[in-house]
Amino acid sequence: MRYLRAEREPDSTPGPLFRDEAKFAAGKIAAFQYLVVAVFVFLALGYWDLQVLNEEFYSEKAQQNQIKSLPILAPRGKILDRDNRVIVDNHESYRLILSRENLRASHLRPIALGLNLDPAELEAKVRRYSKQPTYFAIPLKEELNADELAFVEAYLGSNGFPELELIKSQYRIYPKGGLAAHLLGYVSEISDAELNSPDWAHHNPGDLIGKTGVERYYNEHLTGIDGQRQVRVDNRMNTREVLGIKDATPGRDLQLTIDLDLQVVAELAMENRRGAVVALDPRTGEVLALVSHPSYDPNRFSSRITAGEYAALLQDPYRPLFNRALQAQLAPGSTFKPIMALAGLESGAIDDDFTVHCTGGATWYGRYFKCHRRGGHGTVNLKTAIAQSCDVFFYAVGNRLGIDTIAHYAELMGFGNKTGIDLPGEKEGVVPSTRWKIRTQREKWYAGETISVAIGQGALTVTPLQLAHAVGGLAMGGVFLRPHVVRLEKPEPPLRNAGFSPENVRKVVDGMCAAVNGWGTASASRIPGIEMCGKTGTSQLASNDLLRLKNSADWHDNAWFVGFAPPEKPEIVVSVLWENGEHGDMAAPIVRDVIKAYFDKKQRLERLGRPPASLASAWLRTPGSAEGAR
Amino acid sequence: MAAYRSIRNFDWVLVLVAVFIAALGILQIYSATIDTAWRSAWWKQAVFLAAGLAVMWITTRIDYHTLLGQAPMLYVASLGLLVLTPLVGSFVWGSKRWIPVGFGFKFQPSEFVKLVLVLLIARYLAELKSDRLELRDLWKLGLMAGVPCALVAAQPDLGTALTYGSIVMAGVFFGGIRWQHALMLGVTAALLLPAGWFVLKDYQKARLETFLDPMKDPTGKGYQVIQSKIAVGAGGIWGRGVARGSQTQLRFLPVAHTDFIVSAFAEEHGFVGILVVFGLYFLLLMQIVQNAQAAPDRAGMFICMGICSVLLFHLLVNAGMAVGRMPVTGIPLPLMSYGGSSMLSVFMMLGLVNNVRLRRFAA
Repeated sequence: MRYLRAEREPDSTPGPLFRDEAKFAAGKIAAFQYLVVAVFVFLALGYWDLQVLNEEFYSEKAQQNQIKSLPILAPRGKILDRDNRVIVDNHESYRLILSRENLRASHLRPIALGLNLDPAELEAKVRRYSKQPTYFAIPLKEELNADELAFVEAYLGSNGFPELELIKSQYRIYPKGGLAAHLLGYVSEISDAELNSPDWAHHNPGDLIGKTGVERYYNEHLTGIDGQRQVRVDNRMNTREVLGIKDATPGRDLQLTIDLDLQVVAELAMENRRGAVVALDPRTGEVLALVSHPSYDPNRFSSRITAGEYAALLQDPYRPLFNRALQAQLAPGSTFKPIMALAGLESGAIDDDFTVHCTGGATWYGRYFKCHRRGGHGTVNLKTAIAQSCDVFFYAVGNRLGIDTIAHYAELMGFGNKTGIDLPGEKEGVVPSTRWKIRTQREKWYAGETISVAIGQGALTVTPLQLAHAVGGLAMGGVFLRPHVVRLEKPEPPLRNAGFSPENVRKVVDGMCAAVNGWGTASASRIPGIEMCGKTGTSQLASNDLLRLKNSADWHDNAWFVGFAPPEKPEIVVSVLWENGEHGDMAAPIVRDVIKAYFDKKQRLERLGRPPASLASAWLRTPGSAEGAR
Repeated sequence: MAAYRSIRNFDWVLVLVAVFIAALGILQIYSATIDTAWRSAWWKQAVFLAAGLAVMWITTRIDYHTLLGQAPMLYVASLGLLVLTPLVGSFVWGSKRWIPVGFGFKFQPSEFVKLVLVLLIARYLAELKSDRLELRDLWKLGLMAGVPCALVAAQPDLGTALTYGSIVMAGVFFGGIRWQHALMLGVTAALLLPAGWFVLKDYQKARLETFLDPMKDPTGKGYQVIQSKIAVGAGGIWGRGVARGSQTQLRFLPVAHTDFIVSAFAEEHGFVGILVVFGLYFLLLMQIVQNAQAAPDRAGMFICMGICSVLLFHLLVNAGMAVGRMPVTGIPLPLMSYGGSSMLSVFMMLGLVNNVRLRRFAA
C-alpha cells in the first residue's frame, strides 16, 4: 500500500499517515451538511406545495382521470305503418369515438388508415372540434364492420391508441331499395350549421338527428333520452368498477297513416320512372302512400355514407334526394280542368247549357291557341270537355272567369299555399294572379296569359301533394283536410270548408268518371267493379332543370293523373306525376293500380276478416339482416 | 492492515435506517404492483434486500485500502462491462442498460461503476500531496469520470451519467478546488450548455422541454410528470392509504414501482409519509457524513463523502422529478425503487461506509 505512505512522514513511526489530515476538510463537510439540509428543504417544499397547498386541485384531477361518464345511447322510436307493421327498426352495433382528452396528433393518421377514413378529413374534423371543451369526444365511425372492429380491438388501450373508445349504439334500419325513403327521411350526425341554428339549440356535436322526412319532423317524438354509465377506469380505459347507471329512455314509437301495401304497389308502379305518387284519404287527410322516384338508400346515410357517395347523390342530374311529392312544382296541365270547371259553375260564369264548338283551336287576344286534338272535339258540354280534355272549352271558361277568379278558386283548393303536411320541405307552387304578377314581376297581367292558365299551363305550378289534396277536397264537396302522415290522436277539423254546391260537384265528378269509364282520355285504365274517376294531364316542361340534359327522352312532356274512388264519398284519391311520361293517359295505370290495391285489400278484409298476404315484407329489413351487426 | 474491531462497532443506525427505507420500498412495490404483471416484484425486492445485506457484509470485511489498491483494475473491468453492455444488452424502453445474467435477472453495470468511480477518485485525491487541486488534477479527474460518463450516456442513460458527475464534483470540492478554477469551469459549462443541446437525443430534449413546460404536450411527453404531480397532490396530508391511491392502482402513474415509486408512496401515504421517508434519508446521509468526519484517513473521508453525494444526487433528482422540480431522468430512488442492481450497489456503498467506520480505530 504504497500510496498510503506519505512521502513526508512527520516521524518515523508507521501508522495511519493521513489520520490527522482526515480532518482537513471539516469546514467543507460542515458546508456540505448545509447543502443536504437545503436539498431536503427544497424537496419538502415541493411536496408541501402539491400535497398541502394544492391537494384539492390534484384530487379533482385524479378523480377526473378515473371517473368517466359514458353515454348509454337511447334507441329512437320505431316507425310503424297504419297496420302497426314496423317500417323503421333499430339494431345494435358499435360506434367508435375519439376521446380528445387522450388524443395524440401522431395517432390520427394510422387510425384513419386502419378505419378506411381519409386522414386529411379526420384532421379537419379534429380541428373543427378544437373550440369545444375537451370532454366532447369526436364520433369517428358508426356501425363498425367486422374488419374495423378487429382493428379497434387490436389497438384499444394505452399500448395502442388510448384515444379510441367503443360504444354500443342503436342504429336505424330502413326498408330496402329506398322504399318510402323520402317519406321516412334518415338520421345522421348533426352538422355544424344545424348546431348553430336555434332549432337544434339543445343538441351537442355528434348527436344523431333526423335530417329529412318523418325522422326530421318528428325528431323530438322519436328521440329518447340518453342515459349514462359512470365508471371507474384505468389508464387503458378498461372499466374497473361501475359506479352508477342512469338508464336511457327509449324514444316513442310513431304510427304512420301510411299503408305499406299501397306504398309498395305505388313504388313498384313507379319503378324505373321519375316522378311521385301521393295517395290520400280525402275524408281524413291521412296519407296512404307517398312515393318519390328516383330514390336512395337511407341506410347508407345513417352511418356509412362517404363524402364521395354523398356528392354523387347531390350531383345526380335526376336528383334522387329531391322529394318530388312535396317539392316538384310543375304545371298541372289538364288535371287543373276539374278545378276550372267547378270554378266556372260555382262562380256562375257558366251553366249547364254552356257549350263550346271545338274545331281544334281558337284565337284569343290575337293569338291562336290549339286544342290537343288536332281535328277538334266538335260541340262539347262540361262533361265531355272534362272527359275528353277539350282545351278550347276551358279557354272559353277561363276567359269568362278571369285570372283573379281562377286564382281565388285555385287557392280555395289549396294551390299556392303549403297544405300543412307534417313533413319538412313542402313547397307552395304558384297560383298566378294580377297581384302576383305585379308583386313578382312588376308587370301588368295580360288577358292572353289567362288562356294558358285555364288549361293548367303558364305560370301555374302545383305539387303532386297539392293536386291530390285539391281533387280530394273537391270530390268531398269542398271539405279540405290537412294531409298528414302520422296518426292523429283525435280528428282535426277541416282546414277549409268551401261549401261547394253538391250539384256542381256532381257535374264535375261525372266528367271525371266519364274520363275513365266512358269514352274519355283514361278509358284504358278503368277497373272492373270499381268506379274510379280521374283526370289526365300533360304539361309542357317549364320549371324543369332537366332541360339542360342532352338526352331527348328528357324533353318529353310530364304526364299527370289524378283519380279517386268511389265517385261519392271518396275514400282514396291518388295523384301521380311521371316526369317525361309524355301523356297523362300513361300515368293513369299507376293510379289505377294503387286504387285497385286499396279496394282489393278492403274487400278481402271484409270477406276474410284478415288482410291479404303482404308484398311489403320483402322490402323490410330485419335487425338480424343488418350489415355490421354482431 | 488496519484493525478490524468488533461487530458492535458496526454502524447499526445506518443499517437499520437503510433496511427500514428498503422495507417501506417493498411495501410500496407490493401496493403498486397488485394485479399487474409485476406482482412478484415485492418479494424479489425482499430477496435483493437480503442479498444487499450480504454484499454489504462482504464489502465491509474487505479492507477498503485493499479495494483502493484494486481500484484501477476495477475501473478497467468496469469500462469493459460498459463497452460490452450495448453489444449483449437487451433493449428496454429504448435503451440498452442491462446485461442478462440468466434466471430472468438482468444486471445493470452502470450502477456498480459508481462504486468504482468513488474508489478511484478517493484514491487519486488521497495520493495528492496537496490540499489544493491543480488544473492537471482537474483534467485527470474529468477524464476518469468522463469515459464511463460518455459510455453510459451513449446507452442512452443520461441520468446515470450525471450521477458520475456528482461523484467528481464532490471529489473536487472536498479535494480543494481553487475558486478561480471553479469559476472557470462554471463559465465553461454555461457556455457549453447550448452546444450540448445538439448532442442530446430527441427524447432527452423532449424531457427537458417537458420539464420547462409539462402542459405543452399533456398526453405525450408531459404525461409522466403531470400524472406524477396529480398522484403526489392527490395524496394530501395523510395519504389515500396502502393500495388505495387511484393514480397508482389504476396505473395512470407510469412505472409506479421503479422511477416514480416516490409519487406512489406520496399518494398512498401523504405528506406525513413523505416527511418520514425524508427524515430517514436525512438520518442516513447524516450518518454517512458523521462516518466521513470520523474517517481514519483522507481516502476514507473521500469514499464516505463521494457516496453521500451520489446518494443525495439520486434523492434530489428522483424525488424532485416526481413533483416536477427536476427533469425526468430514469434514475432510481436509492433503496426504494425496484431493482436488484440499484439495491446491491447502494448496500455496497453502505458497506464501504461501514468499512471506513470500522477502521477508524486503526492503530
